[in-house]
Amino acid sequence: MHRTRFFDHVILLIGVFIMVAPVVVAFMTSTHEAADIHRNGLSLTWGGHFAETYEAVLTREGGFTGKVTGFNMMLNSMILGLGFAVGKIVLSMLAAYAIVYFRFPLATFFFWVIFTTLLLPLEVRILPSYEVMNALKLTNTYTGLIVPLLASATGTFYFRQFFKSVPDELLEAARIDGAGPFKFFIDVLVPLSRTMMAAIFIIMFVYGWNQYLWPTLMTTDEGFFTLVRGIKQILLVWVGSNIPDYNEAFALAILAMLPPVMIVVIFQRWFIKGLTESDK
Amino acid sequence: MRGASGLEGQQTTAKRVQFSSPFLPYLFLAPQLAIIFVFFYWPSVQAIQSSFYLEDPFGFGATFVGMSNYTDVLKSTEYLGIARFTAIFTALVTFFALSIGLLLAVKADGVIRGNATYKTLLIWVYAIAPPVAGLIGMMFFNQHIGPVVELARWFGWDMKVGLDYSDTAFAMIVVSVWKQIPYNFIFFLSGLQGIPVSVREAAALDCRSEFRRFWTVILPLLAPTAFFLLIINVTYALFDTFGVIDVMVKDKAANNPITLVYKVYMDGFRGSDLGGSSAQSVILMLVVLVLTVFQFRFIERRVHYS
Repeated sequence: MHRTRFFDHVILLIGVFIMVAPVVVAFMTSTHEAADIHRNGLSLTWGGHFAETYEAVLTREGGFTGKVTGFNMMLNSMILGLGFAVGKIVLSMLAAYAIVYFRFPLATFFFWVIFTTLLLPLEVRILPSYEVMNALKLTNTYTGLIVPLLASATGTFYFRQFFKSVPDELLEAARIDGAGPFKFFIDVLVPLSRTMMAAIFIIMFVYGWNQYLWPTLMTTDEGFFTLVRGIKQILLVWVGSNIPDYNEAFALAILAMLPPVMIVVIFQRWFIKGLTESDK
Repeated sequence: MRGASGLEGQQTTAKRVQFSSPFLPYLFLAPQLAIIFVFFYWPSVQAIQSSFYLEDPFGFGATFVGMSNYTDVLKSTEYLGIARFTAIFTALVTFFALSIGLLLAVKADGVIRGNATYKTLLIWVYAIAPPVAGLIGMMFFNQHIGPVVELARWFGWDMKVGLDYSDTAFAMIVVSVWKQIPYNFIFFLSGLQGIPVSVREAAALDCRSEFRRFWTVILPLLAPTAFFLLIINVTYALFDTFGVIDVMVKDKAANNPITLVYKVYMDGFRGSDLGGSSAQSVILMLVVLVLTVFQFRFIERRVHYS
């Protein structure tokens, strides 16, 4: 019995090592100087250049225009993550409310119109989506960055499931008290959905922050670059340089993962709840 | 979805009481519908339409060419090679991500001490974006500084990621699997924890071998979770790995392996072959459609089981 437990722990520790070590190495290496990394390879020890590397990455103006800072990219990532999460919650709660709590002739039709979006992810229709954005003159805008990502039914599906599990008696009681649709939504449903909203917010924030393909297509103006979208630019600059800025690339990778990782770790319980109860 | 499926059976019927209003439901649906029409239906229809046309390279309109974009694509040996690589890549990523996730979940479910710590440490990589994982992977597979390359050299394997086709493919698969393990771990673990203690105890009485118990009792009970994850992992390998691939091949697709989605991107945005790219999009749409129908039918059936 003890023997098997021991091997269980060994396997788990190997798993933890594989998941954690690359990022620890990335962080440690980012505190060394570029020339140092070039000579000695990746590192597991503290290099002592943490402050200057991260300050340089965050505040130095770079890029082709010479005006983009890491801080600016971080701000754009934040706008995308927050805008997407909030937009998703508002849109999908309203739509789910209409579908579950109202009797109207086209309900089934609209239900299918919305849920068909689950069939085709954005990746398979990137080119025509880009053309539409061009026609609407939305490239290089925050609207163009965020709104097209909202065109899917994942959140609506989630809130629809949840609203259906809310006891009918609540609505009956509210109607006896004379509450109309707006009052019922704001005073009863929204407070009831608080945990659900938190869970979906975490999932959607991480999803929005981590977007890559769409921001790559939509933003050519570096002022709108997010951290995740900027990653490739960093790598491209290397081609032809003598000693690549390994330290800065690692620092940027660490900054790009920090906020979503923090949120997932701190709000782990809500995150798992949101994930296992909502996905697709 | 998983957690909610238990409720589904009783609650497929509508609410007993509902509001009725001539315009309010439409008002609440309007924002979502507007966005879906402009950013989902319009581009989707456009993709299908332009897959039947040949765009003039100088922008002087388009000619209807019927199915020829499709036949061109499906006859191209390059496209078929990429399709083959995509299939192999998807199969390997799915297989390894699922089996490692399952192994870790089973072990984490078994131990009592340190359970919560293991869980946190094993899931947090979920929050790392694919291109960021790709960047870290690039460093580990770097010619000059990469420890993996050094390790491989020790075994006599001269690894050249970015230059050698199969070495690049290997690195892509490793990074893609690494990134997807936490997701599978979370779902398998919550699936395992949903198995009632009474079932486990009964199984423990009937069968002493832990390994056989796992195969005959636990695994069949996990089948719904596993099937759901299978679809999700295939979708992940087909589409979400774009960031990993893009960072790893750095626009030099020439002798590097790429997947079908990357090809759509390359032809549409680098080669500006609108018709061909659209035809490829439609082919991918059909693949996703088949996967999704498969998934929905299965979920429907699962409700009856539970």
